[in-house]
Amino acid sequence: MNSRRRAAKAWEMVWVHALVWLLVLFAVFPVLQVIGISLRPGDQLYSTKLELVPPHATLDAYRIMLTEKPFFHWLGNSLLVSLATALVGVALASLGGFALSRGRFAGRGAVLQGILMTQMFPATMLLLPLYLLMRKLHLVDTLGGVVIAYVATALPFCIWTMKGYYDTIPAALNEAALIDGCTPLSAFIRVTLPLSAPALVITALFSFMTGWSEFMVARVLLASQDLMTLPLGLESLFTTYQTEWANYAAGSLLVCIPVVALFLALNKFLISGLTLGSVKG
Amino acid sequence: MNGRRGLVLWFLLPSLLVLAGVVAYPFVFNLWISMTNWNMFHFQHPQFQGLGHYAKIVRMIGEPFARPLSQWPAAFAANEFYHIFGKTFAWTAVNLVFHFTLGLGAALLLNRKLPARGLYRALLILPWAMPQYISALTWRGMFNTEYGVINQLLAKVGAAPIPWFSSEFWAFMAPTITNIWLGFPFIMVIALGGLQSIPQELYEAARIDGAGPVRRFFHITLPMLKPVLLPALVLGTIWTFNNLNVIWLVTDQGLPADKTHILVTYVYKAAFFYYRYGYAAAFSVFIFLVLMFIVRGYDRVAKQEVY
Repeated sequence: MNSRRRAAKAWEMVWVHALVWLLVLFAVFPVLQVIGISLRPGDQLYSTKLELVPPHATLDAYRIMLTEKPFFHWLGNSLLVSLATALVGVALASLGGFALSRGRFAGRGAVLQGILMTQMFPATMLLLPLYLLMRKLHLVDTLGGVVIAYVATALPFCIWTMKGYYDTIPAALNEAALIDGCTPLSAFIRVTLPLSAPALVITALFSFMTGWSEFMVARVLLASQDLMTLPLGLESLFTTYQTEWANYAAGSLLVCIPVVALFLALNKFLISGLTLGSVKG
Repeated sequence: MNGRRGLVLWFLLPSLLVLAGVVAYPFVFNLWISMTNWNMFHFQHPQFQGLGHYAKIVRMIGEPFARPLSQWPAAFAANEFYHIFGKTFAWTAVNLVFHFTLGLGAALLLNRKLPARGLYRALLILPWAMPQYISALTWRGMFNTEYGVINQLLAKVGAAPIPWFSSEFWAFMAPTITNIWLGFPFIMVIALGGLQSIPQELYEAARIDGAGPVRRFFHITLPMLKPVLLPALVLGTIWTFNNLNVIWLVTDQGLPADKTHILVTYVYKAAFFYYRYGYAAAFSVFIFLVLMFIVRGYDRVAKQEVY
């Protein structure tokens, strides 16, 4: 009986692994393609060879991206924009979510619905009015204007996540701090916020990603070469007379590295945070 | 007490201000545009013209109904609006089905005790971590009919090449495959989190009662995941329905010959290629209404507050 059981277990391990590997292959395959293109000499997008590492592989594209292109300038702009978006996004969403979780005011449901509805309108049609508005506020061609737009893009998801997470934290904790003489703001900062770390991490990551990979808004609002973010910089490799495919691929991978590192570092938080965030109390 | 309630509202105010400025104001502005004749010929001084664009949309929707019943199938098939509308629904449904089956499947697999589980999880998150425009352009290269890696692999095994961007069906499949790839890790992460919060005792009790793996899945796992998956379904529907980037970039603006459009790419092309701003604005309002309707429908079906 034991051997039969063991055989069944072994068989199960085989198909579980087969399925996992199939999924991993699906997920990783395009990334391997980009790596392959980045190593190709000259700017060929296509080759009739299927090898992952092309013949005459070279790291030239990486050298060019890092030394000849203003890559670090783009990186600096992108980091500035993304970090500012994350910071402002977390600040607004943690406060707003708290109000929607704990507040018992008329129109609370309507506000929650309204926040979700902001996601329903095709975003591209908002670009033109947004541009006109930003021009009135003298925010066109400034990184600040872009940050405001990104915060608004990320905010609905962030507020919902924070609200859901606060719902799972007993309100009594906050009340106790109030009775002990804390002001509402300090009770929120000292008691509720530290307990919400996982949701804060997700909110921060989501906002950061919005700023890191957004293209359209940046394209419309930013005109100066000086202010180009990474996506705009990568796109500029396209608009020259010839597309610099190898450089583009190398640049893409360089863009991904910080994000993947961030994801890996936050992996644990990500999983526990999303759960709790979405379960409603 | 009143002061505290007031303070809570102060907490909400900054968020509402930002959303009002960046979303609500442009939305209202857009309503105004939708009632003007703003297009290439009236670019400098658009004039108010009322509900003309909306009437046009309504006429387009109603056109097949005006015919005798026997002609309906042909009329619906020839109508551009129903073509795009149907494609939008197919696009959303196919994507969501695969996002949820693959994402949920991956989560169930990775929830077991596996060697190198952390590594698999990290690799499966890659599609989510890569910026969308990079992935979309990479996939477009992979779908290239002559040089793309997919057709080359097919040639290796002796299969005929797939006409990715000249056949309407395959031109629809290409962005769909891309978007499935892009979206399943998000569901996987959400489901993995949800799975960890299900108490193991439930499964043991079910096993003692003689419930097989299939019944355990449908009677324990799925219901317990509902609170996490339902918001993901609502947001996923909205995001997929309005996903401009993937279709636009992968099919290179709607290849072949504008046959691969969903509602948002159609609007985008009308506005920014044909400069029919007024018409595009009216059409966006229509899209907005359709999505509101769908989300309300979920609310009813789920019999649980989505909000």
